[in-house]
Amino acid sequence: MADVIKKATRESYGEALAELGDKYENLYVLDADLAAATKTGIFKKKFPERFFDCGIAEANMMGVAAGLAATGKIPFASTFAMFASGRAFEIVRNSIGYPHLNVKIGATHAGISVGEDGATHQCNEDIALMRTIPGMTIINPADDVEARAAVEAAILHDGPVYLRFGRLAAPVFNDKETYKFELGKGIELTSGNDITIVATGLMVSEALKAAEALKEDGINARVINIHTIKPIDKEIIVKAAKETGKIVTVEEHSVIGGLGSAVCDVLSESCPAPVKKIGVNDEFGHSGPAVDLLKQFGLCAENIAKTVKDFI
Amino acid sequence: MDANLKKQLKVTACKIRMGIIEGVHSAKSGHPGGSLSIADTLTYLYFNKMNVNPENPDDPDRDRFVLSKGHTAPALYSTLAQKGYFSTEELKSLRHIGALLQGHPCIQIPGVDMSSGSLGQGISAACGMALSSKLDAKAGKHEYKVYTVLGDGEIEEGQVWEAAMFASQYKLDNLVAIVDNNGLQIDGKIEDVMSPYPIVDKFKAFGWHVIEMNAHCFDSIEAAFDEADKVTGQPVVIIQKSVKGKGVSFMENNVSWHGAAPNDEQYAQAMSELQTALDELCSDDCCNK
Repeated sequence: MADVIKKATRESYGEALAELGDKYENLYVLDADLAAATKTGIFKKKFPERFFDCGIAEANMMGVAAGLAATGKIPFASTFAMFASGRAFEIVRNSIGYPHLNVKIGATHAGISVGEDGATHQCNEDIALMRTIPGMTIINPADDVEARAAVEAAILHDGPVYLRFGRLAAPVFNDKETYKFELGKGIELTSGNDITIVATGLMVSEALKAAEALKEDGINARVINIHTIKPIDKEIIVKAAKETGKIVTVEEHSVIGGLGSAVCDVLSESCPAPVKKIGVNDEFGHSGPAVDLLKQFGLCAENIAKTVKDFI
Repeated sequence: MDANLKKQLKVTACKIRMGIIEGVHSAKSGHPGGSLSIADTLTYLYFNKMNVNPENPDDPDRDRFVLSKGHTAPALYSTLAQKGYFSTEELKSLRHIGALLQGHPCIQIPGVDMSSGSLGQGISAACGMALSSKLDAKAGKHEYKVYTVLGDGEIEEGQVWEAAMFASQYKLDNLVAIVDNNGLQIDGKIEDVMSPYPIVDKFKAFGWHVIEMNAHCFDSIEAAFDEADKVTGQPVVIIQKSVKGKGVSFMENNVSWHGAAPNDEQYAQAMSELQTALDELCSDDCCNK
């Protein structure tokens, strides 16, 4: 995948909003003074009358989004994952989740790949937090193609959706001509039967690289991309456990409450199987270049391959 | 205000107060004090001001109401029941398991425009609704009004001031916030707990048009909402001076009735006082009582 195109999913988010703004006249975008970083500025440029900056006031922004949705609009409320899911958690729960309003939360700069800004801005908890809200859909797209499709899927879904995007440019491995996004459906990317690697977001391309490396060692790993973490595709996970026995999960998120936990929730009830979770262990991140941080925290193909070999 | 109208509103407010006591007594919990202090304002809004119709509860052009101080749901429910959104019988199962009427307003209840109760959040949703109305108006549709009632203790929440900036920034002159200044919050007098004073100056500094109102005088209420209608280019806040527990002698200005239900004896006394007031209103042609 050396010469592959790379693009940050936050860029895909901003571009998709601008593109879909023509098709969906009811789409409005809110931001909290981060339009340049979340890339909603692309939408703002094209549709200034449908963009509202809420200033550095995320709690109010989520409430405003709730009010817009309660009166028939489709608002995308955008800010960093840390503030969307953390600072504004209780507003998301009570003003959006409880009334089940049609608000889309565009959370960018998720995970440790925020890089140099350090621990305060590296949100490794958002999936865990959002999973606890009844009726909340959570999408963590893996590349540009999937991110764009996810934005439209979120528009078409009636109910609150949390969309997770990254700051770091990610390899584009999906083919936009053939790719189909189905909400709540995992995608089997490679069809091995020795072990399954379940990955999400930025980690999907790393899992694919790991699977390639493992092939050289005679290990055929099945790679599953879980873009929708809630509701999760139980069927594909149970099938993988039955057919490959062990499962390794990989996510750029805390090992507490994220994809790994969601997979374990499914398996413990439906098909108990050994699971190894790769993610940010119970610790805070720190400053550094994103790529170095990902390596240091084991969120890379090399560590995935090593973990699989030790675990199998 | 026309004498007959005033009498009608007083009668309705009295019935709404009886429904509040009925609901809170049946629930054996809830918030009667702050419900009674907003009863006259809700009466005026729902029976003489807002464009709402229980026959067409989802009318997209209707005015919206958000009870930001959601714990005073008994007042909203009793008002909605009087208006005909559901039977007054429902008040007797307030907060009961499996009942329609939840402890705090819930959007699924007929006539409730927004779930609320976690303080400071309702005003943000009201801002979103007011903005939405402005957007519709730009597209040639009807511009509706959005009313929201906050507690004076509630405005200690930082989110309220985030919303205050937002409403002013986007010139939401179709938004009317009402701050129920009854002077008491759970832990005591608001100025002793965490003073939000001077409330008038604060909202003025945030770019709002401020109106002061006597919450228990329909002439004052009418004047305030009439003035609110004339304001353009900025949001309006009505600071209503009210009496917590208004209408039930032993609950008035007594903080212990913020979040406590009357026992059977207290219930009988409260209902008797309100019934007497109602009887007097109905027998007396003088409406300036």
